[in-house]
Amino acid sequence: MSASAKLLDYGPDAIIMAGLTGANWRLADYVARGGYDALKKILAEKVPPTTVIAEVKKSALRGRGGAGFPTGLKWSFMPQQYRGDKYLVCNSDEGEPGTFKDRDILRYNPHALIEGMAIDAYAMGCARAYNYVHGEIWEAYERCEEALAEAFDAGFLGDNILDSGFSFHLFNHHGYGAYICGEETALLESLEGKKGQPRFKPPFPASFGLYGKPTTINNTETFAAVPWIIRNGGEAFLNLGRPNNGGTKIFSVSGDVARPGNYEVRLGTPFAKLLEMAGGMRDGRSLKACIPGGSSMPVLPGAIMMATDMDYESIAKAGSMLGSGAVIVMNDTRCMVKSLLRLSYFYYEESCGQCTPCREGTGWLWRVVNRIECGQGKNEDLDLLLSVSDNIAGRTICALGDAAALPVKSFVGHFRDEFQHHIDHKQCLVPTYV
Amino acid sequence: MLSEAALRRIDREIAKYPPDQKQSAVMSALAIAQDEKGWLPPEAMDFVANYLGMPPVAVYEVATFYAMYNRQPVGKYKITICTNLPCALQDAVQSAEYLKAKLGVGFGETTSDGLVTLQEGECMGACGDAPVLIVNNKRMCGLMQPEKIDALLAELRAAGAGGER
Repeated sequence: MSASAKLLDYGPDAIIMAGLTGANWRLADYVARGGYDALKKILAEKVPPTTVIAEVKKSALRGRGGAGFPTGLKWSFMPQQYRGDKYLVCNSDEGEPGTFKDRDILRYNPHALIEGMAIDAYAMGCARAYNYVHGEIWEAYERCEEALAEAFDAGFLGDNILDSGFSFHLFNHHGYGAYICGEETALLESLEGKKGQPRFKPPFPASFGLYGKPTTINNTETFAAVPWIIRNGGEAFLNLGRPNNGGTKIFSVSGDVARPGNYEVRLGTPFAKLLEMAGGMRDGRSLKACIPGGSSMPVLPGAIMMATDMDYESIAKAGSMLGSGAVIVMNDTRCMVKSLLRLSYFYYEESCGQCTPCREGTGWLWRVVNRIECGQGKNEDLDLLLSVSDNIAGRTICALGDAAALPVKSFVGHFRDEFQHHIDHKQCLVPTYV
Repeated sequence: MLSEAALRRIDREIAKYPPDQKQSAVMSALAIAQDEKGWLPPEAMDFVANYLGMPPVAVYEVATFYAMYNRQPVGKYKITICTNLPCALQDAVQSAEYLKAKLGVGFGETTSDGLVTLQEGECMGACGDAPVLIVNNKRMCGLMQPEKIDALLAELRAAGAGGER
């Protein structure tokens, strides 16, 4: 890599994405950045697995895929005394509309993921693991295949890693176009070569996961944060963020901003600052609404967003969720009915069909929003939308039902006047629209 | 049914999984078969079922569940464009309309010369580069405004005439 190569701009506080040019993804580049030091240290010093887990617990790292579950706690659910096969799975099936951070990790810093998974496997005694990559990002999948080959060749993966007696085999698996496979048990079904239909929980994957064996599933970004935590200590990571919200988070900012892209900031950074990093509103328009955590999370009016900080608790207090960190920004020309219509179509299209409330309800929501958009809405339609949403949410095997219902409830809740205007006047309240 | 090279690729995928879990390779095996055939005729699915020791119906279930498998013949190039909300906020609908007009087809249709099939896609996980489209499931193209669409179509027409895929 030439010294003059331009760094990709993820922001000044980036740790996972620091020092990346887009071209320096190879193992030698990663090692030059201090990569694999954490794995080497753990193996050389024979650090007890419980100490590794304790360090991750101390860091307050939470799952970056959407649920925000404490990572160290999840790891401690794996039965340590279990003598059979145990599996580790990385969820790189990133398809939540608005989210595109894992793709950057996979293509620009794949060894951070590999090292994070190796450390996790050591801590839980897993000998095999799979990285499930979203089917649509084929080039990132091929990049991961190359990176894995490098890691095997260098002895960071395989049998008896660095003469430590620890063996760990990691493989890439690709999806082929199903949003539902981002749900962890659907992903396991898919990995087993089946339709990606979610399983009932319990039993949870830690007791009955891949091939019926104890399994831990984490998101790409979660794993990629682990080497830094082991190198610098859990407390240092925690101190980057806020209590219970350790570290940095990569936010994918899309929509009506001047510079859509990924920005890695400390948890607790004000939304206004993040918006500024993304170049502010495109064409100088004003902020009307924002979905702060991916399309499945409730939308918030701009004024509420501008007063909110980007961490799990602050966004929850504002009435939404941090989710996957996908920040979808909408300006004052956007029609909320048309926006919701596109999201409702997505959930209708992607429902796996297993549970009746979701299979039937998502189509119902889409058809009702569609007739409002088309000027054929009836007065009772808004209450009907809320009622259908209530009858989907919480009544399905997985969270896709909730994901379809939450946008409807929040769009109608915050922008009811716009929906009512469509029904009353058979036209849009805003001058132009999506 | 499939070439020797394709079978070797499938064998490499099978080797990723425990010996008694060959079924795990079905998604990649179908993708490899599709790369070679252009789509998944029933004979190709049956071949994969036999190769992996699976009931054919289990393979059909997979092929019908995942959106990137072609269960009908498609043009030499399949263009899938995302129109989901984040992309739509960044002009994806205009780009999709432009593609339709340029190609003279709607979503799910193939140009009369058999060169291009146009499809509407769902989130591809690249919203920062919107408008985003994928050519033949493998090649992602970002920031696809009309000028770049023109360049892509010219490239595909030239390559199509040259017999490349």
